[in-house]
Order: sequence, then C-alpha cells, then structure tokens
Amino acid sequence: MTDPVLLRLLLGTGGVLLVSTFAGAWLRRRFSADGTNAAVENFNTRVSAWWVMVIFVGAAFLLGRTTLILLFALISFSALREFLTLTSKARGDHLALAAAFFIVLPLQYWLVGINWYGLFTILIPVYAFLFLPVVSALSGAPRNFLTRVSETQWGLMVCVYAVSHVPALMELQIPGYEGRGLRLIAWFLIVAQASDELHYVWGRFLGTHLIAPSISRSKSWEGLAGSLVSAGLIGALLYEITPFNPWQAGAMALVVALMGFFGGIVMSAIKRDRGVKDWGHMIAGHGGFLDRLDSVVFAAPVFFHLTRYFWSSV
Amino acid sequence: MSATFRSGLTAFSARIARRVIVLFAWIVTAPRSFWNGVAPLAVPRVYFANHTSNGDFVLLWAALPVALRDRTRPVAAADYWLTSGLRSFIGRDVFNAVLIDRRPDHRENDPVTQMVVALDAGASLILFPEGRRNAGDAPLLPFKTGLYHLSRQRPEVDLVPVWISNLNNVLPRGHVIPVPLMCSLTFGAPIRVGADEPKEAFLARAEAVLFGLAAPRSAEVAAE
Repeated sequence: MTDPVLLRLLLGTGGVLLVSTFAGAWLRRRFSADGTNAAVENFNTRVSAWWVMVIFVGAAFLLGRTTLILLFALISFSALREFLTLTSKARGDHLALAAAFFIVLPLQYWLVGINWYGLFTILIPVYAFLFLPVVSALSGAPRNFLTRVSETQWGLMVCVYAVSHVPALMELQIPGYEGRGLRLIAWFLIVAQASDELHYVWGRFLGTHLIAPSISRSKSWEGLAGSLVSAGLIGALLYEITPFNPWQAGAMALVVALMGFFGGIVMSAIKRDRGVKDWGHMIAGHGGFLDRLDSVVFAAPVFFHLTRYFWSSV
Repeated sequence: MSATFRSGLTAFSARIARRVIVLFAWIVTAPRSFWNGVAPLAVPRVYFANHTSNGDFVLLWAALPVALRDRTRPVAAADYWLTSGLRSFIGRDVFNAVLIDRRPDHRENDPVTQMVVALDAGASLILFPEGRRNAGDAPLLPFKTGLYHLSRQRPEVDLVPVWISNLNNVLPRGHVIPVPLMCSLTFGAPIRVGADEPKEAFLARAEAVLFGLAAPRSAEVAAE
C-alpha cells in the first residue's frame, strides 16, 4: 500500500547521499589522508548523520500517517529539551515546564492526529500562553518572572507549535490531491533541508560578504542567493508530487528557502546570546536537533498557511 | 517457588530494570560526558561528584560507557535503601550499591571497610562526599571525611572528580516528575592522597579540584 512516489523519492534521496558519500571518500583520499582536514572530516560526519536521519524519516513515511506524527512529536520533544536547557528558569517553574513537556506537547500532536484545526492553531499561542505563567506565579517566585515565562513560551512556539505544522500538512484538504499529504511533507522537507545545506555549500565556495557577522559566520549573501536559486529549481523540478504547477512550486520553494534562512539567523542570534555554538550534540557533525530544524521551524507555519489559503478547500 | 528460581527471576528483572533506567536517563537528560585529563578505563577507581539531586548517581552510572558501568557500584545509605521492598530491589539488585549505615551507633560494618572490600574485589565506586543533597545556593558543601579515609587505605586507587551540571533543574528536591533538560558530566584528572598530607588539606584540595570542573564551558564558543 506504500505510495510508489514516496519510494522513488526515498531512493532518489539515497542516491544523492550515495554520491555525497563517494565524494566525501574521494575528498578524504585527496585532501585529508591523515584525517586532519577539518572541513573534509566535517563533511563526512554530516553525510553519515544524514544517512541516519533519512533512514529514520524515510521509515516513518513508509509506515504512514500515525508514525510520522509520532516521529515529529519525538523531534519536538528533543528540540524542546535542547531549547529549555538554555532558558532562564527558577525552581518555581518546575511544574509549568513539566506541563509543557507532558501535557502541551502531546496535546498539540493529538490535535494534529484528530485534525481539530481550530484548537490546533490556538492551543499554544492562547492557552499555554495564558495558563503556564499562572502555574509559575502560584509558586510565588517573582524574580525574573517575565523573562522566565517568555522564554518558556518561545520554546513551546518554536519547538512544538511551529514543528507540528509539518505533520499537519497532510491534513489539508486539497481538491484533486486527496490522500497524498505525505508527498507534500516530503517535498517541503526536501526543499527546506536542501536550501539550508546548499546555503552552506554555496557559501563555502563563493561566500565572501557576511550578512550579519556578529550573529553567524556562515550566512553570506552569496550563500543566500545560491540557496534561493537552487531551492527554487529543486522545488520546481519536483512539482509533480505537489498540488502546484511548476511556477507555483518554484515560488513556494523560494518562500520556504527564504523563511528557512530567517529561521537560521534568528536561532543563531539566540545561540550567540547564550554563548553556545550548537543547540545540542545528538546529531554528529550537525549539533543538536534544533540546529537541523531551525530552517524548518520558520518555514513550516508559513508554508502551511499559504497552501491552506490558496489551495485547500476548507 | 524454589529459592534458585526466585533469585534467577530477581537477577533477570534487575537486568531489565538496568536497561530501562539507562534508557530513561538518556531520554530525559541526553547526557554528554567530557573526559578531561582522565580516560574512560575499566579499572577500580572512585568517582566522586557533586550531589544536588536524587538522580545524581543514576545519571553518573548511566553516562558511563557500558564496560565501566557494569563494574561501578554507587555508595548509598542503607537506612534509606533498605526501608522498603522496591527500594531494596533497586538499591541492592539493580545498582548493586555498597550500602553503608550513616548512623554510627546502629552500624555493624565500618563504611570505609565496606568500600575497601568492594574496591579490592575489582569494583569502581560512585561517592558523594558532601554526604547529603545540596539544596542551597552554595555550589558545594564541605566534604565529609570518608573520601580521605578511603584514600588512606587504598592510596594507589585513583579518585576521579566528576562535576554533574544541570541535574538539579531536571529533578529538584521535592519533585518526582523530571523535566527533560540536557545534562553534562565533566570527568577531571584523578587525585590521590599524599603520603603525609593532612586530612583538612586533602579535603580542601578534593573540593577545589571538583569545583574547578564547574567552570562554564563558554570557551568552546568560537565562531560557527
């Protein structure tokens, strides 16, 4: 019952990774025979981690809707664990933080599962926003209160609310595209991640003008231009798996890549402020889950709403 | 049920429980270990760490590489861990803890002797020399003397300082639900008691070495 298009996409992604793996092996033989060229070693570590990520996400796609929702709930969990490690908190916030992890997060993904759009869009921006500070206030510790509750809310918005828009894409009712929501998610993830990695690649070869040097040393105007053009092309080439025509697919891919760039720069600003290089360490060569996710986080809600407004029937 | 069957069943459940506890510790804290000036070797040694949470010894134990973990026994209070069936199963069967009695007037065995016996049998130990959980604002409480006496009796055994950071936010005193946050453990260069080092000097040195590992690791914040 597996969608043959998804299988082909997975094989195609595997092919890209295979080429990258061979390229990495060649680079290592040529430039880093003793394993001391940091750029080559980092490239190889990143490719290895990509194999693991593609196998996990690919397996979830093949297993279907519920597994994919669960996978993104787990990704949200790991991201929130990274984010809240770096935020301000006091002992009195313990119950509010536990509620964020064990009540708000599962509830948000349950709403995706039962397709209750009305509550899905307001659970965190309205109800978590109102009630988690109440829990913290009742414990009676006023010191840095506004900072603490704001940072917790930011963590929920970024790691749970925004990320949950990815699996929610498959609930959109698009005429003529029924039952193919998984393809739209695959397209979105491929475009978002490719634009992020290609920014890195283009920047590495051509990047000379940094966009915000005090925030990120790897975001350059050349990288951004290269990433927008190549993401637009990839998105347009894959238009057949979307409800869009080639031009629309290219334009949507541009939006996704631009939002991804915005996400990267905002999340980098937070890291610089907190004095860390990466959000975590679980994904070798990449850092934490949030380091891989920052582009997805900002692109997902915008892509979701554009698709819903212009293509969906409800 | 025969006695052998019972003990076999207990050992089996203890093995399962160990796996579950390690998995749980990893899900909640995604622990990251830094071995600075000491290598993760499976030789008898004493890990001594700061104590801010009930989860401390579980996290330290779970964060060790499996070859080290299997031979490492926490030193824990018998008057806590033997008070109920479940606690005794966790303390004795799951963690194989060296259970010492903190009340001098009650105890039959000398705690230091118990620890020496365990070390001689090839085990490593996890020790919290502050003696009790630190719930205050001071980063470290003054050490009890056990670490000194132990090192006097086995001066050739390395004492490895381990700074556990952030676990007090995961599971503060008085709470039972942990909040998932990332924790790190910094293992430092081992120390041993000097031939004629006075007790106070040694304990002050041990405290300083352990606290020295607590420095925020903002040094690694280079450009991306």
